[in-house]
Amino acid sequence: MSDLVDLVNHDYYEASARDRIAGVLDPGSFHEFLGAENRTISPHLAQFNLTGAFDDGLIIGAGRLDGQPVYIAAQEGRFMGGAFGEIHGAKLVGLLRAASANAKSKGIKAVLLLLDTGGVRLQEANAGELAISEAVHAIVEARLAGVPVLALVGGRSGAFGGGGIVTAYCSRIIVSDHGRIGVSGPEVIETNKGVEEFDAKDKGLVWRVTGGRTRAMMGGADCFVRGRVKNFRAAAIAQISVAPQFALATLVAEQKRLAERLQSYGDCRDAPEIWRKAGIADPASIADASEEVFASMPRLKEAAHDAR
Amino acid sequence: MTLDEVLAALFPSGHDVKRGPHGTANGTAKVAGHDDVAVIGIVDGTPLSVDGALVLSGHVLDLVTKGGTGALVVLVDTSSQNMARRDELLGLNEFLAHLSKCLTLAAAEGHSTIGVLYGHAAAGAFISTALSTQVLAALPGAFPSVMDLPSIARVTKLPLETLTELARNTPIFAPGLDPLFATGAVTEKWELATLQEQLVNALARKPAGLTDQRDTIGLERKGRLQARAIAMRVVEEAASHA
Repeated sequence: MSDLVDLVNHDYYEASARDRIAGVLDPGSFHEFLGAENRTISPHLAQFNLTGAFDDGLIIGAGRLDGQPVYIAAQEGRFMGGAFGEIHGAKLVGLLRAASANAKSKGIKAVLLLLDTGGVRLQEANAGELAISEAVHAIVEARLAGVPVLALVGGRSGAFGGGGIVTAYCSRIIVSDHGRIGVSGPEVIETNKGVEEFDAKDKGLVWRVTGGRTRAMMGGADCFVRGRVKNFRAAAIAQISVAPQFALATLVAEQKRLAERLQSYGDCRDAPEIWRKAGIADPASIADASEEVFASMPRLKEAAHDAR
Repeated sequence: MTLDEVLAALFPSGHDVKRGPHGTANGTAKVAGHDDVAVIGIVDGTPLSVDGALVLSGHVLDLVTKGGTGALVVLVDTSSQNMARRDELLGLNEFLAHLSKCLTLAAAEGHSTIGVLYGHAAAGAFISTALSTQVLAALPGAFPSVMDLPSIARVTKLPLETLTELARNTPIFAPGLDPLFATGAVTEKWELATLQEQLVNALARKPAGLTDQRDTIGLERKGRLQARAIAMRVVEEAASHA
């Protein structure tokens, strides 16, 4: 179906992982690694009476972005909530290892991670957790080899659990309105700590605490885009050249900015309290503005940083 | 085990490790035949919060800034990441990733990083502390996990009895030391009687840079059979692609 629809104008949130890849990369440039014909199905789902997928919910490969060679991985949020299992995770780890190995020989300019995940797949929790730990390790190796790793978050499942940690390991983070990022999901917090702590059914609250706007306002994401595939593509092209190096100075600067965030906003429990403290006259306007208006609104001063 | 018991057994030659804010600990310790080692920890079963993570990453950056290649021991007895609306609002994912990045940087800069898991560690707190060291040693009674079985039962909609039965036959999802040892997460199991000796041995081996052998270990221990082969096939396909 992919060739019948206008992929670049496609809504990123609604698009499948394959369509996101096709629309983000230069047209026709994608070459898949370990494609579906390899039938790399999770060996663990059958004992839970679940049906696997030939790609285990992760599509990886090489392509071109604005003419430059890049690697790309996209999680299919509609398969097992995009969760990390053994095969899914190992494919990502392999791709990231390939990026550092081929940084010079093939001139790989970046790795794009199109994250759409609730975190670890509990049916294979230990393998998923380890894969995340191996993946973040491999992100560091890629960055040290001079290959920026970009996170693109704007899918149904956002980037939660270990997926939130993977996101913040990346050199740059691009989000849309739908790009919710966190560690413990609202349902998990409500289940463990009670509805008074976090009412997961209050969608407005969930969005204010974890949503793409809040992340972009405070510097938890580096670039807010409107929700078309082409917006993500344009942002990815722009962010590669401004991606910070992985180095002591970068992490010292990150320590400082996170300390300042705690100092300034550490007693806040909802986003409008932060906006008020930051001197925004109408705190409600952040959530109420249209996507277009928000995209052009100023961010908090803390959001302008390359400390990641 | 309590923190004091662990410290006394690991560092009989002496240490000045003290508890700090937000469930953290830090200090230095003497190890016979080696240079002093830096020690940090998330202790007493404290959930890892934005505040605790930032304290710990600060200690790690102090060590790296100071230079040299002194070893770092990371003591771990936490529950999971702090489950709170406030922590999520403030970007807990960034704080946890930052701590983990700092530990990885320390290893890349030549500091041997040795995790000592003596209590619980779960989910995101497990990734950003214990799993971010080069060598992860578990003491008797250590209980690493991703998620407890009742929570897995809730998500998978399987009866707890069925899960408990399944967990006997596969280390792939079950919580606990043995499954996580089998999958390669835990590098070594240390015995109480010989703790100091095992620490000295680990320091003497001087773990190598950023090499990540956990998928190989998981294969050797038959706990994670596919991960290494899959990752290698991807690397090979990428190498042969123009």
